[in-house]
Amino acid sequence: MSVLLSVTGLSKSFGAVVVADDTNFDVRTGEAVGILGPNGAGKTSLFHLITGALWPDTGRIEFAGRDITTMSAARRCNEGIARSFQVPQPFGGMTVFENALVGATHGAGLRGLAAETHALAVLNDTGLLSKSNIRAGSLTLLERKRLEMARALAARPRLLLLDEIAGGLTDAECEMLIETIKRVHAGGTTIIWIEHVVHALLAVVQRLIVIDFGKKIAEGDPRTIMESREIKDIYLGMDPHA
Amino acid sequence: MSDSAVTRTTSAARAATIVAFVVLVAAAAAPWWAGRADMRLMSELYLYLSLACLWNLMAGYAGLVSVGQQAFVGFGGYMLFALTIFGGLHPIAAIVLAGLLAACLSVPIASLIFRLKGAYFAIGTWVVAEVFRLSFAQISALGGGSGSSLPVSVVKSLAASRSGRESLTYWLALGAAIAVILSVYLFLRSRKGLALTAIRDSELAASGLGIDIWRAKLEVYVVTSALTAIIGGLIFLQKLRISPDAAFSVNDWTAFVIFIVVIGGIGTLEGPIIGTLIFFALRETLADFGTIYLMILGLVAIVIMLTTPKGVWGLIRDRLDLELFPLAYRVQLDETRK
Repeated sequence: MSVLLSVTGLSKSFGAVVVADDTNFDVRTGEAVGILGPNGAGKTSLFHLITGALWPDTGRIEFAGRDITTMSAARRCNEGIARSFQVPQPFGGMTVFENALVGATHGAGLRGLAAETHALAVLNDTGLLSKSNIRAGSLTLLERKRLEMARALAARPRLLLLDEIAGGLTDAECEMLIETIKRVHAGGTTIIWIEHVVHALLAVVQRLIVIDFGKKIAEGDPRTIMESREIKDIYLGMDPHA
Repeated sequence: MSDSAVTRTTSAARAATIVAFVVLVAAAAAPWWAGRADMRLMSELYLYLSLACLWNLMAGYAGLVSVGQQAFVGFGGYMLFALTIFGGLHPIAAIVLAGLLAACLSVPIASLIFRLKGAYFAIGTWVVAEVFRLSFAQISALGGGSGSSLPVSVVKSLAASRSGRESLTYWLALGAAIAVILSVYLFLRSRKGLALTAIRDSELAASGLGIDIWRAKLEVYVVTSALTAIIGGLIFLQKLRISPDAAFSVNDWTAFVIFIVVIGGIGTLEGPIIGTLIFFALRETLADFGTIYLMILGLVAIVIMLTTPKGVWGLIRDRLDLELFPLAYRVQLDETRK
């Protein structure tokens, strides 16, 4: 399969704090990749850099064969990259439906009835349809996280970046989330997923990348990575089958 | 799911449309039932309402908290004088042209002040307005620092009789307010309005969903600046006299406007309308108290900001779930339809 996203020599620091240190990796079209790493390792910053919320100091990001390193966040979304935010950023004064409609209208470029139908479809897929008319600002944290995914899906991305959306879910809710993400992936969307809930991550991804102090320290088959020394050093006492 | 439908009208909005229509017919007929002083007051109210709607679009939706829109009010006023006196234009043509010139002027200004964020942006807009005031005070042909009056020949070109002129300027003010409210409403209902509302709530998420924030803000800034200049022209067509201090007054054209929008409810279409009514009610009842009037206005603003940060309209809307301008999308689900 062809390479969809290619990150080369990506570095970013805020003074002495290094959030990305010469990071290199590729993601192929149709792949599902998991990103692991302790808190503060630079996982969310990596998403900021890929989506254009942050610009790198050095390095190059290519998406579908095009250099997007200096492209605005909005253009990158139009090119086909959408994300969920770890700290939800709902459009609080707008209804849940309108939140999804923003993605369908401005991300996917749909208009009129087509945009409305698509927004309703993603709300149905993410279990938010019954909340359509509620102001997003009054949603619970878990609902906000679901809205993050709904809004990103509404933009019809080729590459979907998910940032810690499984935390705090019950087992049943987690199963539903896994099914949703698998369905999106099966529909042809490439996925990069940052997640601490390892069993959920392992149910979906085909490859793991481990990051610490902004550096990629391991990459490969999920089972092999979870048994590796690097992971055990970082996640002392963490059971991958929990 | 396939049966879900999306609508945007509400029964409250339909009722509001009927009420608005009745009020408009009565307002349009004012020259036949209202006195001279009442018509002047109502004209002023319409023009303040327009300024408030425009400032609300800019600050409440696009997040451009400007304290310098007096730059464009004054610019519009001065262009009316300059274009009629030196250009020989009809006053209405001059006011329209003033709007176009303000639009052209606002682009380079935006490229300068859009580099500033938050409080720095606000101060930047004020500095620009001061530059305008000082520049126009240098033009001796327009009376320099002491200003000038609109020549009688220009005034007469509007209408021959005094009552004819008064009716015409009244209708112009009313028409401008209707045009401003309608265009802001239609803009907010469009897909650009959806983008702007998203920007209001989270710029980070909006840009990540494909919205070009810089461009959206620029469009709003250019359009509001042009319309603000047109309103400025109409304001000084009523006053017939202009001076730099009156034209570029931060008190008259920005502080009062912010008061109106904040107490009415910033970031809503209904807010500026309610705010304007409250402002004029307060002003007319407190007019005899002199400077105490300004202190009471300040007190009202502080109390409302502390108790109901979303303004009077925010309070009403949350209590009654009302929406007079149907902007929101309502999804009718299968369950609720059965």
